[in-house]
Amino acid sequence: MSAPAVQVDAVVKRFGKTRALNSVSFDVGAGELFGLVGPDGAGKSTLFRILTTLLVPDTGSATVLGRDVVTQFWDIRSRIGYMPGRFALYADLSVEENLQFFASVFGTTISAGRALIDPIYRQIEPFRERRAGALSGGMKQKLALSCALVHRPELLLLDEPTTGVDAVSRREFWDLLATLRASGLTIIASTPYMDEAARCDRIALMQAGSVLAIDAPAAVGTRFPRALFAVRATPRALLLQTLRSYPHLASAYPFGETVHVSDNRANVDPAAVMSDLMAHLASVALHDVKIEPIRPGIEDTFMELMVAPTAVAA
Amino acid sequence: MNAPSATPAIAAQNLTRRFGSFTAVDRISFDVQAGEVFGFLGANGAGKTTAIRMLTGLLAPSDGDASVAGFDIRTQIDQVRRHIGYMSQRFSLYEDLTVNENITLYGGIYGLSDATISERRRAMLDELQFDPPATELVRALPLGWKQKLAFSVALLHQPSVVFLDEPTGGVDPITRRQFWELIYQAASRGTTVFVTTHYLDEAEYCDRLSIMVDGKLAALGRPAALKAEYGVPTLDDVFVRLARGTAPAGAT
Repeated sequence: MSAPAVQVDAVVKRFGKTRALNSVSFDVGAGELFGLVGPDGAGKSTLFRILTTLLVPDTGSATVLGRDVVTQFWDIRSRIGYMPGRFALYADLSVEENLQFFASVFGTTISAGRALIDPIYRQIEPFRERRAGALSGGMKQKLALSCALVHRPELLLLDEPTTGVDAVSRREFWDLLATLRASGLTIIASTPYMDEAARCDRIALMQAGSVLAIDAPAAVGTRFPRALFAVRATPRALLLQTLRSYPHLASAYPFGETVHVSDNRANVDPAAVMSDLMAHLASVALHDVKIEPIRPGIEDTFMELMVAPTAVAA
Repeated sequence: MNAPSATPAIAAQNLTRRFGSFTAVDRISFDVQAGEVFGFLGANGAGKTTAIRMLTGLLAPSDGDASVAGFDIRTQIDQVRRHIGYMSQRFSLYEDLTVNENITLYGGIYGLSDATISERRRAMLDELQFDPPATELVRALPLGWKQKLAFSVALLHQPSVVFLDEPTGGVDPITRRQFWELIYQAASRGTTVFVTTHYLDEAEYCDRLSIMVDGKLAALGRPAALKAEYGVPTLDDVFVRLARGTAPAGAT
């Protein structure tokens, strides 16, 4: 196995009494698309600032492309591309001027980086003379990505690139990342959207400064410790309320038009759970009750880990 | 204070807003009933924010009419503002004020008496089962608490309609669900909830929802009816189909 592109080892970062990162460790392999998944306050941005050498860890260590983030920071900076969470381009410069600026800062030119950014830059090129500040949200994001890539970095770091972006544009953005990954680039991207996590090779689930689990997206669901059922019925408010009084309830969370429910009895037969649930729901005036066993997803596991971190993290 | 029940909480007829030659909102018409949870979806740039600004009295329509809480958004702006609540991810509470100070400030802005404010403060914090001390600066609160508190503060003056603009952005999955329970509680007390979100699983929690595409209302109905109409299993598919239909990927 080739050397990891990124190694993070027991990194701790405090801001006053807040522990922004609480002994975080993980490796990212060369060519991997790695996701940091979690809500605001999980520590994702702090981690990015450490990997981009903008912040120094209090304790622990990290290497990026084989170089130490504290002692070899200068060597790291030219080899990475970073797209921060907030729009950080020059609003008064045109699309093309922004790109030229970022290319020149890294001692290169647009044409040298053109092959890598082409699939993205092509989409905004018709607006190359427009001021960056006058672009739509989706176009700003594509320009920011082009600027982060124009010097052909070996590692791309994207801090919540799709926050506040609509569902369609989010899909398109992840399609672009898939294209970049196929070209061999190593990518670390953070997101609060669980559905996007499925597009990564591996993900780290993060909450309040800690990594809850690291795994392939499809494997994360298998960490859910019990059988899970999707229950649907109308009216839904009554369904949820009735489920809360189910005597063997372990969890009940709304998921779209269903409620995901699990039973707290050890080694109970799924068929028995379904008939017990059905019997419990029959006591109230619900219509169209349907219960089916389902495979737990990333969000199911995430919530389980938030509530009982030690039960399934190992 | 609520509008008579026969009057819709929100009624828009051919509501339109142009900026120069660009039509941001193009003759949208819809009614929202009192106590309804109404989802207002659309891609970035589809016109949602412009429509919300008109409905909350911040922007005059170029054409068409709308009433909110029974008041005309053209001629009764003050009345409209007094009867609505507003909360978004970006604008909610003052970070440099404590929890108590925020409640007092907003209560004062809406002309509530000191006695009413302290009574509602107690009820609100009890109902939220608010753990942190009320003397804490809002800045120091976890995001989940901030958002739940901001929602309750938006309801402090008991508005008949509350506008929520991406209220759950960046919030953890458990808090997101607790937030929706607060929405349901408010709706069950008769408050009309007008909500935007980029989480399409949340759109399923709405009684009805609309999807804006290029300034027009491209779809309107119950979540189940919309999925049936488009013959797809999820609202995500409905959304993608509508948004991609008129603006194909990579279009210039």
